[in-house]
Amino acid sequence: MRTIDVKVVTEAVSKLCKDACYYLPDEMMAVLEKSLATEESPLGKEILETLIENAKLAKETDCPICQDTGLTVVFAEIGQDVHFAGGDLYAAINAGVADGYVNGYLRKSSVDDPLFERKNTQDNTPAIIHTTIVEGDKVKITVSPKGCGSENMGALKMLKPADGVEGVIKFVVDTVRSAGPNPCPPVTVGIGIGGNMEKATLLAKHSLVRTVGEHNPNPKYAELEKEILRRVNMTGVGPAGLGGSTTAVAVNIEYAPTHIGALPVAVNLNCHAARCAQVVL
Amino acid sequence: MSEQTIKYITTPLTDETIRSLKAGDSVRITGPIYTARDAAHKRMTEALARGEKLPIDIKGNVIYYVGPSPEKPGQVVGSAGPTTSGRMDAYTPTLLEQGMKGMIGKGSRSQAVVDSIVKNCAVYFVAVGGAAAVISKSIKAQELLAYGDLGPEAIRRYDVVDFPAIVCIDCEGNDFYKVGIKKYSKE
Repeated sequence: MRTIDVKVVTEAVSKLCKDACYYLPDEMMAVLEKSLATEESPLGKEILETLIENAKLAKETDCPICQDTGLTVVFAEIGQDVHFAGGDLYAAINAGVADGYVNGYLRKSSVDDPLFERKNTQDNTPAIIHTTIVEGDKVKITVSPKGCGSENMGALKMLKPADGVEGVIKFVVDTVRSAGPNPCPPVTVGIGIGGNMEKATLLAKHSLVRTVGEHNPNPKYAELEKEILRRVNMTGVGPAGLGGSTTAVAVNIEYAPTHIGALPVAVNLNCHAARCAQVVL
Repeated sequence: MSEQTIKYITTPLTDETIRSLKAGDSVRITGPIYTARDAAHKRMTEALARGEKLPIDIKGNVIYYVGPSPEKPGQVVGSAGPTTSGRMDAYTPTLLEQGMKGMIGKGSRSQAVVDSIVKNCAVYFVAVGGAAAVISKSIKAQELLAYGDLGPEAIRRYDVVDFPAIVCIDCEGNDFYKVGIKKYSKE
């Protein structure tokens, strides 16, 4: 048994919020730079150059890459031999989010009631917190703030098993095409296949924290990721949706066992400002 | 569609300036622009419905759809890139009828907005979504004008110099999203 004071969690989450919003992951930066060589549209190239310049400027000046610093999504993988002391874990995570957003000059975009009051909570809490229990005595915390330009373009479809691979590809490509400029392309396409309704959407979201350029360890799904990326980049949506050959920079699939009569597919698009920061305690 | 031309324009916009702009043109905007997003649009259209005046003189002016991040001490403005324009579609024709001449945002507009742009000789610009730190460099001063309780959604005047944008829907109703995507589609 290892004891961790929740204060440590609060401090870690606060730093991760700021790091994620200021510093684009190196791998994402490298993919954007690489896409300059293949982008067919001159305006698309110009836009990619602007995005690279923007990410560099944000990093140098500790400023948010994008003003929409999102709802704060937190994945916490908790070793089963860990005991949290000193308070409630969820409250500690939220205290970290509040501290990071207020003191890091990040935009507070969370409203309390979605339909009637829509009053800003002023500190970006509550975070969307997903906890899983794993073996060991470590805690891995991933903070992935996500803006609503891309989140609003997500989709879920309960396909029929007979729709098969082509059905999945068609649904994903249709979703990216109809999203057009709104999710701020070039996007990362997160896909959850299987499980049930809520499982598929969570898989899609979780797939977005994968390092850009890595593929699903199952070769069949890795091949499908490459095929969907090829097809998505044929839509012509391009950088900022103004036309071009770089609509997506990555396609990430996660899958889970499902029902004999089901084929749920969820798509969660992430903008080019693919913000994500991680720590192991 | 001339992708490489950069046109330097000033606000408030005249009909002559607007007619010179074609979908796909790169522009640099200098002068005052006004910020507003969903909540401020809702309040402005409600005020008009009650027969009240708008809190800003909108004639000839440009509204920028933005909710910036807070400025750090010594900064003019935080990161300030465009938000999705489609959420303002329901309110936009009313403001165009009031004399608004330009909008800056990102993303597609409804047919009703396109029709109103043509009818009122206006223009819709897009800025590069997520290029918020770069865009902020062109904002030289800001002043809070109305709805301060809305925080990042309040109406502010930004004095901008060479604000980078692209003409997306021109006063003839040409939509560069459609043109650009069609050109590079391999489907």
